[in-house]
Amino acid sequence: MSIDAAAPLHRLLGLTDDENDLIHELLGREPADAELMMFSLMWSEHCSYKHSRNLLSAFPTDGDAVLQGPGENAGVIDVGNGWAVAFKVESHNHPSAVEPFEGAATGVGGIVRDILAMGARPIALLDSLRFGELSSRRSRHLFTRAVEGIGHYGNCIGVPTVGGEVSFDDRYEESCLVNAMCVGLVRHDGMLTAAAAGPGNALVLIGNRTGRDGIGGASVLASAELDDDEDKRPSVQVSDPFTERKLMDCCLELAEDDAFVALQDLGAAGLTSAAGEMASSGGVGLEIALDRIPLRETGMTAPEILVSESQERMLAVIEPPRVAEVIERCRRWDLDATEIGVVTREPRLLVRFDGETVVDLPAALLTDQAPRYDVPQNAPPERMALAYDELPPVPGDLVAAWRELLGRPNVADKRWIWEQYDHLVGANTVRRPAAADAAVVRLPTGAGLAVSLDGAERHCEADARGGGMAVVCEAARNLAATGARPLAITDCLNFANPEKGETGWQLREVIAGMSEALDAFEIPVVSGNVSLYNESATRRIYPTPIVGMVGLIDDVARTVPLALGPEGHALALIGYGEPRLDGSEYLGDDAGLPPRPEPMQDAALCRSLVDAAADGLLAGAHDISGGGLATTLAESAIAAGHGARVTLVGGPRPDVALFGEGGGRVLVSATDAHLDLLAERLPEDIVLTRIGVCGGDELSIDLGDRGVSLDLAEAHAAYAGGLTEAMGA
Amino acid sequence: MSVAVIRFPGTLDHESAARAVAGAGLEPCYAWHADDALPVGTEAVVIPGGFSYGDHLRSGAIASRAPIMESILELAEQEAPVLGICNGFQILCESGLLPGALRPNASLSFICRQAELEVADDTTPWTGGVDAGAVLSIPIKHHDGAWVGDPGAGRVVLRYRGENPNGSVDAVAGIANAAGNVMGLMPHPEEACDALLGSTDGRALFSALAGAV
Repeated sequence: MSIDAAAPLHRLLGLTDDENDLIHELLGREPADAELMMFSLMWSEHCSYKHSRNLLSAFPTDGDAVLQGPGENAGVIDVGNGWAVAFKVESHNHPSAVEPFEGAATGVGGIVRDILAMGARPIALLDSLRFGELSSRRSRHLFTRAVEGIGHYGNCIGVPTVGGEVSFDDRYEESCLVNAMCVGLVRHDGMLTAAAAGPGNALVLIGNRTGRDGIGGASVLASAELDDDEDKRPSVQVSDPFTERKLMDCCLELAEDDAFVALQDLGAAGLTSAAGEMASSGGVGLEIALDRIPLRETGMTAPEILVSESQERMLAVIEPPRVAEVIERCRRWDLDATEIGVVTREPRLLVRFDGETVVDLPAALLTDQAPRYDVPQNAPPERMALAYDELPPVPGDLVAAWRELLGRPNVADKRWIWEQYDHLVGANTVRRPAAADAAVVRLPTGAGLAVSLDGAERHCEADARGGGMAVVCEAARNLAATGARPLAITDCLNFANPEKGETGWQLREVIAGMSEALDAFEIPVVSGNVSLYNESATRRIYPTPIVGMVGLIDDVARTVPLALGPEGHALALIGYGEPRLDGSEYLGDDAGLPPRPEPMQDAALCRSLVDAAADGLLAGAHDISGGGLATTLAESAIAAGHGARVTLVGGPRPDVALFGEGGGRVLVSATDAHLDLLAERLPEDIVLTRIGVCGGDELSIDLGDRGVSLDLAEAHAAYAGGLTEAMGA
Repeated sequence: MSVAVIRFPGTLDHESAARAVAGAGLEPCYAWHADDALPVGTEAVVIPGGFSYGDHLRSGAIASRAPIMESILELAEQEAPVLGICNGFQILCESGLLPGALRPNASLSFICRQAELEVADDTTPWTGGVDAGAVLSIPIKHHDGAWVGDPGAGRVVLRYRGENPNGSVDAVAGIANAAGNVMGLMPHPEEACDALLGSTDGRALFSALAGAV
């Protein structure tokens, strides 16, 4: 971004001329500089969702389990016995592209504070990552450092990083994605709100001192395309996980003692956003004395203090008689806690600094009056499924193709990543990464909470509506494969510039597809985040909705792993639909038209799996996704330590049966008797096909006119080494 | 029988450690880093894992000088059992109660994985009747876990079996002082006390604590 010193301030801050006019009209006067800066941040895409809010209203957000839907720091759902879980996924894409270690680390820190602001104890973290191909030095650097940043932060705050996903594609070469999800545990009666209340109550800032880090991050980084990273380096926030941990311990202690009237984290747009949202959602005003805020640097101006994105800070509303006690408790944790203002009856934000009033405006102007834009709806040309003669020739050596696929970074073992994360702290991790289709953590109720984070970007590129369905259906199948009943989702919609090309249409269609699938599963969206403008001069990312789904396994001991059952167990496919190569990992691009899921059938499939798991019928279950059946089978076999013999009905192309994707299909292993029971119970449109038996040192697949056979040790070697080899390690 | 589980700012594993202590039939209580004395009646101490003081300066360095440490040193002198896990091990080395020091892993990366440990010495009170040569499966999760020092300066209790995950001298995973009452280890026995989580081999250390108290 080039800075034209002659341009008016509002344009430098990223506001359009129309928006500037609207601000004048709403205020009835010229805004002060500090006020204009606040508007520019609060009306940025990152804070106001001005280009997406109209479309987001299509999502279903209600349900029996919902205790808190969108609108607070995180969504909250009931998980039984008076317990609830708060969860949300959020992007930190642009900061991670500029400085991957700190960008990813502070992404984790931010989402953890969102959960903390609900009064919940964070119990699990997951991350969804997208980078360019690992053949690119830049992408290797971004990937390596982002993983280190996530590990550094998560490990130090003692919240287990239990799952996640990553893939590599050139479309993310200049716009990587780092989405972090946090899940927290809270008693129903312990839930907190961000809505300020009670005129006369004190406003207390807790945590780190305020410095110049992250100034303008929300508007400059998250709402404009990245052109020249160098200019933006000073905007990236700096992480301090040690302080975050103290903040967690301290705030949870205080919450336990009912010390908070309201609690809010300081994230994007810092104090501006925290104060604006607390006042506006509470229908009250806040009067703030900036001079009282402990600073890390000297000479900071009022706008700088107002928009600083210094990390590890929380803003609390406290009743006056308890202020001294709260400050004392914070001191015990070596945390700064400072009374910086007061709640007022009139719903205005009044900010004083150095003897002057620097801000005086109705809080709702910042939050509720942000403009909303409809984005252009240009549909791309409709795709056709790849015809037989458009497909590349069937490889002469299918076993070599299989081995190559297993070693591709998108498919290969991700151990190099998750071994850098403490996925055990808290001693509740029932299924470690790669042990089941979803992470499973134990709840105090004896139930298991299953969590998965998924994307389906190639599918979304080829067919936005189908892709929207696919991402929800895959997340649900991943949960159901562990035995978990899906309850709700959080989502992060990562898209390119919605004001250009087909992105606006894709956004609408993805939301429509996700909503249709959510309706089929009868589950809502309870929280989410939108990250737009993920494009550069040469590349635009795939439409990448990331879905974080949570579900319950009533008896955590009944959790189903992804490993094959013991030798002698039977293998079967359960589900619907036929695989195709369009958009598959095997073909390695988004060409053609992947088959559109049937969400009602997926919902029926998931119910069947959950019931079967609850009755102890399944020894192992693994959803068939990237890389098709052959890859799925290999992953389950590697986890089990023994092979399998499988017979498939071959078509004209054996690679379709082996590596094709599509439909809703889950590979299960069970005893013959249990499979019989399961087959009897399945609804009509869900098919169980017996395909083989577990055991042996080989993976052998008979396709009728030909067969393929891969030594398990060879499969393991290709799978285990793929990622680190691609990184040149 | 009261076991004090010490909390510093940045301690992470106190709850799992307390759970494991309770699971061995002992009574856990928390002790705060800034206190001058251990809770009345404390008969043993567990210093759990985490990132005390954010690992600032050096892992365990600041914690080893915290006010509570004086009472722990006194208790250790009276030959009461003191167990340091991960960051607790680092703190015990920094405080001089155990020989050697912990330096960054050979890979320079944080490592979280299940490890196999061989019982090297079954004459210390820490292995709870498990014989020398027995193998325990307990997870490790650390960045600074490579023990360096003279194994003869103490009594090596546990060694990594097979691959040495962090490059520690003599594959030391856990070591006790000459008297045997103070022990530190990098692996996390408190996270291996429940079959649901994958292993119960960590119970041996907490049973040993129960036997020693």
